[in-house]
Amino acid sequence: MAQASEATRPLRILIAKPGLDGHDRGAKVIARALRDAGMEVIYTGLRQTPEMIAAAAVQEDVDAVGLSILSGAHNMLLPRVVALLREYGLGDVPVFAGGIIPEEDIPGLKAAGIAAVFGPGTPLSEIVQFIRDHTPPHHK
Amino acid sequence: MSSRLLSDVAAKRDLARLITGIENGDPAALRVLRAQYALGGHAHVVGVTGAPGSGKSTLVAALTRHARKRGQTVAIVSVDPSSPFSGGAILGDRIRMRELFEDSGVFIRSMANRGVPGGVARATADVVSAIDAAGYDLIFVETVGAGQSDVEVARLADTVLVVEAPGMGDDIQAIKAGILEIADVLVVNKADRAGAEQTAGALQAALELSPPATAGHHGPTKAAAVTEPTAARWQVPVLKTIATEDSGVEAVLDAIERHRRFSGEARARVVQRMEREVLQRLRDLLWQRVLESVPAARVRALAEACASRQLHPDDAAATLLSEAFPVDLQR
Repeated sequence: MAQASEATRPLRILIAKPGLDGHDRGAKVIARALRDAGMEVIYTGLRQTPEMIAAAAVQEDVDAVGLSILSGAHNMLLPRVVALLREYGLGDVPVFAGGIIPEEDIPGLKAAGIAAVFGPGTPLSEIVQFIRDHTPPHHK
Repeated sequence: MSSRLLSDVAAKRDLARLITGIENGDPAALRVLRAQYALGGHAHVVGVTGAPGSGKSTLVAALTRHARKRGQTVAIVSVDPSSPFSGGAILGDRIRMRELFEDSGVFIRSMANRGVPGGVARATADVVSAIDAAGYDLIFVETVGAGQSDVEVARLADTVLVVEAPGMGDDIQAIKAGILEIADVLVVNKADRAGAEQTAGALQAALELSPPATAGHHGPTKAAAVTEPTAARWQVPVLKTIATEDSGVEAVLDAIERHRRFSGEARARVVQRMEREVLQRLRDLLWQRVLESVPAARVRALAEACASRQLHPDDAAATLLSEAFPVDLQR
């Protein structure tokens, strides 16, 4: 008769928006989908620097970081987040990205350590599954 | 990157991982917590509660900025509700704390309440204890903001700040509200809005109508009643702030500091809080033992009997207890 809430260990996911664009509808849709999949989503709002995102990832001890970016600055900002996470000892935390990212930029981002890039129209279930597949197995 | 910054990051990373372990009931984390318990007791723990939309997060961010100017290190534990359907949560209090993210003297942790009522999570007290042992001077615990029954924070805080906003409830609501009884400092935030004077006046009147009870009037398991049994009685101040404009914040920090000095002289409050804490843990421990020793099928069988009115639920409970603990626990 153990309580279910004690048996499950929710994944903790940071959803952040690096850069200067002022539109976070997509990020909120992702946040809600992850919550509905039973995850604890730390949402930090607009206009985050890579340093702010990495600091939040450290203090919140997240299992994955999702970055939503529409501004076109992804080639600069996303690798910087990955580099900082590595520097801070979080090199094993997968970073995924979504938003407006041209197809031709994706190989470069993956080479820089971005685990996945989800374009507009990606089914939310695919993102949920990606996180489950890329986080430690003791989580639900 | 300087080595000082990196060692600061490493300390925060270790604390963050310990907190995750505590939240998940990881035995190794709980051992660490126990081992370092004696290191704690130095932080001043400030609970911040009040209705959703009263501006708690913004006020906590402003208080933190001012406390940093005074040279204090600050941690913030911010609790948000878990979804009752999925168990997941969206923890969004950081949105209002962005200017603090990179301050080396600030640690922010978002926490889901994981379905526990009362404004804080089951693990919040232990998380606060871990942060205390890590050496932070001031710890803010921001509650879910569920409203009037949001009083559990009094169990873990040295000082309780209750935040109201104008027009969020009429005078009667203010008087009825259970959270007023746990307030050490009352704040009317968004004081530039219409009705701020009336709200402050209603709170002042409510305080005069129901002065905080002395400790002796309450049983040890009550979450309320956190005033001193001594002759000197703390006068709850009603303060007005506009957190978004940084107005009135310094005065709130002064009141917190005054209350810290006031209650520092009264060790009784800490002992009283610990008494509740010990009893709460005893209850959890007993409950855990009971759950372990009662087979689910047996509960189901007795529930069937209750459903067909052959057995009263009281008798079913007594039966289960006597089966689980044949001698010890029966009266």
